[in-house]
Amino acid sequence: MNVRLYVWQRLTAAIMVPLALVHLIVIFFATRHGLSAAEILGRTRGSAAWAAFYGLFVAAIAVHVPIGLRTVLIEWTSLRRRHCDVAALAFGLLLAVTGLRAVAAVVLP
Amino acid sequence: MAEVLEVLLWRGGSNGRYQTYEVPRRANQTVLDVVTWVQRHLDATLSYRFACRVGMCGSCAMTVNGRPRWTCRTHVSKVAGGGRLTIGPIENLPVIKDLAVDMTAFFATWQAANGVFAPSATRAAPIARIAPENAARQAADAAIECINCAVCYAACDTVRWNPAYLGPAALNRAWTLLNDERDAGNAKRLAVIADDGGCYACHSHQSCQEHCPVGLNPTASIAGLKRRAMAAYLKGEIGS
Repeated sequence: MNVRLYVWQRLTAAIMVPLALVHLIVIFFATRHGLSAAEILGRTRGSAAWAAFYGLFVAAIAVHVPIGLRTVLIEWTSLRRRHCDVAALAFGLLLAVTGLRAVAAVVLP
Repeated sequence: MAEVLEVLLWRGGSNGRYQTYEVPRRANQTVLDVVTWVQRHLDATLSYRFACRVGMCGSCAMTVNGRPRWTCRTHVSKVAGGGRLTIGPIENLPVIKDLAVDMTAFFATWQAANGVFAPSATRAAPIARIAPENAARQAADAAIECINCAVCYAACDTVRWNPAYLGPAALNRAWTLLNDERDAGNAKRLAVIADDGGCYACHSHQSCQEHCPVGLNPTASIAGLKRRAMAAYLKGEIGS
């Protein structure tokens, strides 16, 4: 890992800490109050706040995870460095696309 | 105390095997004494490396009962539980023969990390006055006593996993130079240690400080490098 990736990984980690905490509280709240899927969607659809919250969460994850995955691939596989870069980048794009698609599914009216 | 030690010594190259020897137990015997006794009395073809015998030269590192150690300062009484010793070459470097490894890759990391002092003055200049209480000097002093034994390099998981990693000893050396105000090579040095294979490859497992025979803490030096390199990057002093 180089300094640029290190800074991005630390920055996204700092963003994710409070977001993950709120996400856990949301899950706890939804299950404790027995909210149905329709009730949850009723709160999230059309909400710019939830769109921003989970959009930022997905973006941070899509940057943070591939940086760590790249290191795992470099250290634990015999792949060439370039192939590790490509595989990690592809996984990051997959996380971004599927994550943002999921966010869109719950926030778009 | 058992009168005879059962000693398993690595024989051959990387595809060698352990061979068992019986060595008389002595008071205050070191692991290096044991290896030397085998070479002098049982098998003169045994290859190993040592020089000073007093923990100064860093030549005699071996794997003793699974841990990298300086054998000249490791007493048998401390490590030979049950009167048995297993002694092999240190890890993470290619075996030449028996207990001797090829240190080329280890010393190459020192060069790669710019571990050479780059003078900022000529020999005609007056001697620089560095106050001992200077914080940078104290940081350098805390890391300066490395004897190049490669015990930390052998103990490091990241060295094992990542061939591009410079390793704890070379990075520790870079940290001492980074804190030497007489040195003029820090821009180049920081650029290297901030790149792939530099300080950010370290996972802070702390095996280096756990095993360092002279009690240094390369993990702390690497943490210092991480802070300094990140600050330099954010200020635009180095690229990525």
